[in-house]
Amino acid sequence: MSTDAATAAENALDAPLGQKHEAATREPQKMRKVKQTLTSPWATFAAILIATLWTIPTFGLLVSSIRTPTEIRSNGWWNIFVSPSFTLQNYIDVLTVQGTSSANLGSYFVNSLVIAIPAALFPIILATMAAYAFAWIKFRGSGALFVLIFALQIVPLQMALIPLLQIFSEILGISGTFPAVWIAHTIFGLPLCIFLLHNFISEIPGEVIEAARVDGANHTQIFFRIIIPLSLPALASIGIFQFLWVWNDLLVALVFSGGTADVAPLTQRLAELVGNFGRNTERLPAAAFISLIVPLIVFFSLQRYFVRGLLAGSTKG
Amino acid sequence: MRGLSAFWVDFFEKFGIMFIGLAAFAAVVGLILFLADRAPKKGRDFLQLAAFVGPALVLLAIGLVYPAIRTTTLAFFSRQTANGSDFVAFDNFVWMFTQPDILITLGNTLIWVALVPTLSTIFGLAYAVFIDKSKGEKLLKSLVFMPMAISFVGAGIIWRFMYEYREVGFSEQIGLLNQVLVWLGQSPQQFLVNSPFNTFFLIVVMVWIQTGFAMVLLSAAIKGVPVEIIEASRLDGANAWQQFWNVTVPGIRGTLVVVVTTISIATLKVFDIVRAMTGGNFDTSVIANEMYTQAFNRGETGYGSALAVVLFLMVMPIVIYNVRVMRKQKEIR
Repeated sequence: MSTDAATAAENALDAPLGQKHEAATREPQKMRKVKQTLTSPWATFAAILIATLWTIPTFGLLVSSIRTPTEIRSNGWWNIFVSPSFTLQNYIDVLTVQGTSSANLGSYFVNSLVIAIPAALFPIILATMAAYAFAWIKFRGSGALFVLIFALQIVPLQMALIPLLQIFSEILGISGTFPAVWIAHTIFGLPLCIFLLHNFISEIPGEVIEAARVDGANHTQIFFRIIIPLSLPALASIGIFQFLWVWNDLLVALVFSGGTADVAPLTQRLAELVGNFGRNTERLPAAAFISLIVPLIVFFSLQRYFVRGLLAGSTKG
Repeated sequence: MRGLSAFWVDFFEKFGIMFIGLAAFAAVVGLILFLADRAPKKGRDFLQLAAFVGPALVLLAIGLVYPAIRTTTLAFFSRQTANGSDFVAFDNFVWMFTQPDILITLGNTLIWVALVPTLSTIFGLAYAVFIDKSKGEKLLKSLVFMPMAISFVGAGIIWRFMYEYREVGFSEQIGLLNQVLVWLGQSPQQFLVNSPFNTFFLIVVMVWIQTGFAMVLLSAAIKGVPVEIIEASRLDGANAWQQFWNVTVPGIRGTLVVVVTTISIATLKVFDIVRAMTGGNFDTSVIANEMYTQAFNRGETGYGSALAVVLFLMVMPIVIYNVRVMRKQKEIR
């Protein structure tokens, strides 16, 4: 019963946004017929052209990253087809060489992980609690409060930066530390996480929760024994999306991390390196790929969850 | 070797901080829920409710509600100095609309928001239609969708290399686009320096990222258009083009609206691409970038706040519209 409900709610997550029709399951024969009418050689050609154009920039950077520094500086990556070469030295250099002028990405990679893991977990957990309360605890003003939280998404995070930084540096004294970045990301992630999880948690059938109440379970017990296990798929999708959002973020990091190798994430170091493009030309391809590797792994291995989180989270900001 | 061991010291120190942070968080949340669990009979309902919504509400009040109000106030004050700041009424907004640099910034933002959603949606829709039910649809989708997973900074670097310029005779071109120009017998261009076209080359990067998003949503919507209607229109003798305009487009109108508005909001707030590629130089700045420069590089909190307020005013109607569309669709479902 409850697993059925969870599956149904999960399917609702996968359904296209803004779509009125139920996706009809099609008979194979009909599909073949429609295919004949739609697929023309020109469409195929255009599709392959777009796919190629969209892939070349990333592919070019990947090829650059395995060429020697002299080659990167002296001619374009396409020359690899004329004079093949291969080295991983760029990756070793940007990751491990220490010193003030080196890229030092090893430290920044660690920072990115140390920032993104808690900054994905914190808002998800707090949002699940709040979403449960809004969905299953009846109290006065719950509707209005929920709408208010939802409305907070309208506030672009640019509006919160200056005062929040003042609070962190003048009152709490934590500006430029990991907790400052965690708290900032948690706050900015909360409205959307609460909204999405509320949609999901309110779909859990009332009988399940009612039955637990009759058995004498209180809110804490219901939360841990029913809500968390049943919402795991939604938690995974939204968690992955929040993780990538934090991993890829530059603005919050710039304002709250203090910008040193002690706290700042990869994106910030990359922005600095690219700011002096001429001096860092041979380091940048490898450096960029080190920051891309985590999102790409997530993207290719968890595409279903990623798409879901993206569809759900597309109004974030 | 010593470098490596220093790395491991650093590594364990930071992960130590992370585990302390996670443990502290778990302890606080655990304690709150435990206390709610053991709450005295009197006032138990309220205490349990407070335990569940309290943490989120407190954070939101401190981190979003208060800052939004404060920023709006700051927008009407001069920059903050040791002696405090003066109330300047609308001076910061007057400054914005009289300063040639800032006018260019505002104009650029309008160009961005006019072009990015339009182009991304057109490319995304065309691509989604072309590959619908074709062989290798999944792979073709992944290729165009991939830029969506990577950071704007990463995308900025990828495109810096595409646009890279070398003086003729000084060295070979290392940027593909300039090399193509050379192959075609043209002279290479400084794509990111020459105003006003440099803004368009930055916009290309955003379109490159957002097309995948538009494509995935629209592709899902196209598959939701009932086969019977397509079949019927085909029997009525509609050609592929008529089918597309008269059947597919009306069938996916709701999704189109969501796609266009969502990309518009993201575009209005674009910051990282400009920051990483030109730093806002050469007349390429946009509001979000200018806001950061004024508030955090120059200490002009008044100007920065005023720009944030303008951004808020531009984003607000689109978000409200978007939310209303999504809620309506939810009710229908």
